Amino acid sequence: MRELKLMKGNEAISEAAIRVGCDGYFGYPITPQSEILEYLMVEKPEEISGMIVLQAESELASINMVYAGAACGKRVMTSSSSPGISLMQEGISYMAGAELPSLIVNVVRGGPGLGTIQPSQSDYFQATKGGGHGDYHIIVLAPSSVQEMADFVGLGFDLAFKYRNPAMILSDGAIGQMMEKVEFDEHQPRFTEEEIRKNTPWATVGKTPDRERNIITSLDLDPARQEIHNIKLQAKYRKIEENEVRFEKIACDDAEYIFVAYGTSSRICQKAIQLAREKGIKVGLFRPITLYPFPVKEIKELSKKVKGILSVEMSAGQMIEDIRLAAEGNIKIEHFGKMGGIIHSPAEVVEVLEQKIIGG
Amino acid sequence: MAKVKGDIVVDIERCKGCEVCIAACPVNAIEMSKKVNSKGYHYMEKVNDNCTGCTNCAIVCPDGVITVYRVKI
Amino acid sequence: MEENITKENIRKKENIVYKKTNLMTDKVLSYCPGCGHGTTHRIIMEVVDEMGIQSETLGIAPVGCSVLAYEFMNIDMQEAAHGRAPAMATAMKRLMPEKYIFSYQGDGDLAAIGTAETIHACNRGENITIIFVNNGIYGMTGGQMAPTTLPGMKSSTSPYGRDIVTMGNPLKITELIAQLPGTYFVTRQAVHTPANVRKTKKAIRKAFENQKLKKGLSFVEVVSNCSSGWKMTPVQANKWMVENMFPFYPLGDIKVDRELVK
Repeated sequence: MRELKLMKGNEAISEAAIRVGCDGYFGYPITPQSEILEYLMVEKPEEISGMIVLQAESELASINMVYAGAACGKRVMTSSSSPGISLMQEGISYMAGAELPSLIVNVVRGGPGLGTIQPSQSDYFQATKGGGHGDYHIIVLAPSSVQEMADFVGLGFDLAFKYRNPAMILSDGAIGQMMEKVEFDEHQPRFTEEEIRKNTPWATVGKTPDRERNIITSLDLDPARQEIHNIKLQAKYRKIEENEVRFEKIACDDAEYIFVAYGTSSRICQKAIQLAREKGIKVGLFRPITLYPFPVKEIKELSKKVKGILSVEMSAGQMIEDIRLAAEGNIKIEHFGKMGGIIHSPAEVVEVLEQKIIGG
Repeated sequence: MAKVKGDIVVDIERCKGCEVCIAACPVNAIEMSKKVNSKGYHYMEKVNDNCTGCTNCAIVCPDGVITVYRVKI
Repeated sequence: MEENITKENIRKKENIVYKKTNLMTDKVLSYCPGCGHGTTHRIIMEVVDEMGIQSETLGIAPVGCSVLAYEFMNIDMQEAAHGRAPAMATAMKRLMPEKYIFSYQGDGDLAAIGTAETIHACNRGENITIIFVNNGIYGMTGGQMAPTTLPGMKSSTSPYGRDIVTMGNPLKITELIAQLPGTYFVTRQAVHTPANVRKTKKAIRKAFENQKLKKGLSFVEVVSNCSSGWKMTPVQANKWMVENMFPFYPLGDIKVDRELVK
């Protein structure tokens, strides 16, 4: 039986983490996501599920605490916002190389640099193309509601463990700070040591006589072996791309034009659809939920059925590149971006649709 | 005091000829061999019967190549 | 009676008084001849062996010469990003309080890029053991100046000797963390003579026992040599270490049972 609450997006992440059987959270304050750590400190999950919470000395320390916990087969996570996530990129690359399941929440704020504390989507490239060094991908889930903030914690951990890969919830300051109704599943227990030894036999939980020692490292000085390792990682990413694409379609069946948008800007587009249809413009919304793996096939199909796509992003235009790649030049694809933490207004979106796509 | 007799076995292939053990031996029982192992390192060898099996050479060896024996006689 | 003692009947299994612990793997150590890393590795593994805690001990290797420590230590190990081992050890110990956790780090790892992680793990008094091998140089990358490089000491990045005015003073990180209430046992040892090896082993054993008794953080510095970085033979390097490193990094206990030793 799911329990109904009214909660901020950030707090929903923490409540979900406790309930899903997360073993540890390691984080550091940064607006607009400090509530995640604060909520956990108030709830004292150690007394509820045994989950530990630690405020680290930096995002660098936090992400490496996550690395170590994940290497022990535990469900561990961290959260931060854009500048902090930049500090974590090395650690994330290490976890991708060492194939460690973990959850990283990025409540995106306007950049670059110290930027602003207002919401943004300008970390899309960093999240989906790999912000750290080396060929790797992390699974990227884009919530557009407080409910999805909660649901994607469990989903993120499941996918991370299924593929032994870091997963990211790419949210933003608006969704993190807004309050909405949210339903929570019942509390799940954390993994026992026996379950860890069975389900994640690679984990460093102590070398018992029955097995060789486990080593968790992303280092291999032998190029031949490192190439094989990279080929193995790429094969994993192909599998993820094949099996884990998630998206939502709204009013696309009869659509002549499509908005492609995720997170906050997808909510704006839902209103824009209404305004546009009142003016007789048949437009729909295609909302990617997984930004990696990107819904390439679905967008390619759509691009054969509609006359134009408007990518609506709170950025200078990043996801639009993936949309263009997917559509392979079938149709006109334009971008309408807002930066600096400003959010589009629905009316503006319709206006730009008319100028750049319909009229253009 | 019961007299003791010691002996050592050196894994000469793994000795790197660092000579750190030589000064550690209280009875000058060991020296660097004129011969070299397959890596080209002069290895350590016991040169007399003074060894009392005190383990000094073994515990200071960075590569742990020395096994020490001791018997009471 | 003495004459019939022959080599054969001394070299019997029951007469062994010292042999390599099987908690060290059979891999030939990657360290240069005479390097203290090998000795220190072996001492730790002998302590883990003697305490019978192989299946409960987890180690963290740093970035540096001992990045490959997990090739030689026969326990579950993780390899850390440069400088981050104390943070990793913190997480592991908090997540699995009943395991024995130690980080094994060099001077660049612990006292340069990892300074914040070192200080904050110590300040939180994590119930872990930090083994800090201080040879005053970055060995793996070819002998560059480290935070603990001595004034006037040559390295590939202080070719005319460390100039304090432009390159700063050597960092006495161990004295620094000893001031933090979180640290319970802080000592500085060496592994270049049998006597020192025995003392270091006692210190490392004490560190692990402290962990068992949940006393807080134990920090064991091992001042060591770097013959290739210092461009000396191992025996010369040890001599140079005694004459130059020890005056600046004096050996002995600095803090015992949470009290600074005067």
